[in-house]
Amino acid sequence: MSQSTDFDIEAVARLARIALTDAEKAAFSAQLGDVLSYVEQLKEVDVSGIEPTAHGFAVVNVWAEDVPQPGIPVADALRNAPAQRDNLIVVPKVMDT
Amino acid sequence: MEVTYKPVSELSALLEAKEISSAELMEAFLARTRAVDGRVQAFNSFDGEDALAQARASDARRAAGQARGPLDGIPIGLKDVISVAGQPLTASSRMLANFVSPYDATVARKLKEAGALCWGRLNLDEFAMGSSTENSATRTTANPWDLERVPGGSSGGSAAAVAAGEAPASLGSDTGGSIRQPAAFCGLVGLKPSYGLVSRYGLIAFASSLDQIGPFARTVEDAALVLGAIAGHDPLDSTSFPSPIPDYRAELARLRGPWRLGIPREYFGEGLDPEIGAAVRAAIDHYRKLGCEIREISLPHTKYAVGVYYIIATAECSSNLARYDGIRYGHRARDAADIVDLDFQSRAEGVGPAVKRRIILGTYVLYSGYYDAYYLRAQKVRTLLRRDFQRAGTEVDAILTPTSPIPPFKRGEKSADPLAMYLSDVYTIGVNLAGLPAVSIPCGFTGAGLPIGLQIIGQPFKEAELLAIAQAYERDHDWHTRHPKL
Repeated sequence: MSQSTDFDIEAVARLARIALTDAEKAAFSAQLGDVLSYVEQLKEVDVSGIEPTAHGFAVVNVWAEDVPQPGIPVADALRNAPAQRDNLIVVPKVMDT
Repeated sequence: MEVTYKPVSELSALLEAKEISSAELMEAFLARTRAVDGRVQAFNSFDGEDALAQARASDARRAAGQARGPLDGIPIGLKDVISVAGQPLTASSRMLANFVSPYDATVARKLKEAGALCWGRLNLDEFAMGSSTENSATRTTANPWDLERVPGGSSGGSAAAVAAGEAPASLGSDTGGSIRQPAAFCGLVGLKPSYGLVSRYGLIAFASSLDQIGPFARTVEDAALVLGAIAGHDPLDSTSFPSPIPDYRAELARLRGPWRLGIPREYFGEGLDPEIGAAVRAAIDHYRKLGCEIREISLPHTKYAVGVYYIIATAECSSNLARYDGIRYGHRARDAADIVDLDFQSRAEGVGPAVKRRIILGTYVLYSGYYDAYYLRAQKVRTLLRRDFQRAGTEVDAILTPTSPIPPFKRGEKSADPLAMYLSDVYTIGVNLAGLPAVSIPCGFTGAGLPIGLQIIGQPFKEAELLAIAQAYERDHDWHTRHPKL
């Protein structure tokens, strides 16, 4: 049933920023091929002149006054950080020095 | 006094009459949970001391004459995607295994303001993606009616906890049927409110244009009580809809029909289990006997709903889950070469296959060369699906359908075939795409003793009428009073 010739799992995984194992690449390619051939049926629907729907009941232009509010204390905000030092989140180096 | 299977309305009356204290009630649910949850596995975690402290605070309020209403002192379970300050929030994912909520979701704040006890963290399919609660990184929840079978999903823990007598009511979230299908599988009332009625602030996002929080309960009246506590406009959720919130329980007593009810022919075709079809047709006959006008209707784009749903839901999923990068919070890979590799490896280690599959598919359908062919086309077909329901809404007050085409299936039976699992959501996802409210109520049992659900789909923001229609059936039946033997 899989016939998605242009489904380049490597390229999509790179865009999705997920490292996949070879076994995952093979499994997802087959499973997603099935799903994509299933959704091919949408091509038979005439959508000319039809506006897209992004939300059930779109509320547009939601404004709020720009009023300062108490935020989350630094200690609480950092509580879930995987690594921290001096009230900062520590990450691997970003640039070569 | 045996309290663990009493509806919230009765427990509330007992508390008000001071025949039981909230602390005694909470002790009873703690004891029940300790006795059965080893087999049911509904909870990811719970803090008994914290729940008892909340109960004692409720008792103190009541003693001082300051009880806050019908939910004061009532424990309500929460799906582990709803933030409660200071409590774990795992989404049943390795990614958030150690995450602690820094703040309350709006629904948690509102439950607390109503005096309810935030009770435990309930299991789900990882990040609410699945229909069986088997895609959980923490545990596999059993259906209390048959421990070999799934409780449905993704809110399987929320359903199983109520069905097993571990909580009198709970909250779940519903993106494509994740409240209604587990409610049907576990013999409960499960309500998915109109999109925008209940704030999503503090809910872990899966597909933001579809997600909605709602209650699981034993009775329609209980669902109305919980809905009344959590509904309402919230400036912290920009999709929150400014709709007036009636006293749903009072409306139940007032609204008596008869109603015009639509039967969509597309929901009774191939793939519908014959026992479920028969039970739903018997429920339709009951409404006819009550004087309701039954009309056959058509929702002609129904067959495209699964395809539209899986494009839109996975696209929104891939965007929402981009935030889990191992940097600010969540799982971080240990041996990443650099910050880019950290992102790739943390995500690879942090989420399971069902989530990865959806992220990959969602990324693909948003890929620039395919955007028009998949995502934009799906949004247009979504418009047509919505119009189907709008047209039906001019003819009928509500629509009756089965909730699920199949009864609860055996664990492991469908997990190998994602497409088969997706197709089991066929009757529930149209409602999310159209933003409508819908409820599943018990309407019988299969020959093997498994619960069957009737889905009633209402008009936008007319939850009171929807629940009144549901209660008209419930009043004349006793399915909801039966409990599994555990």
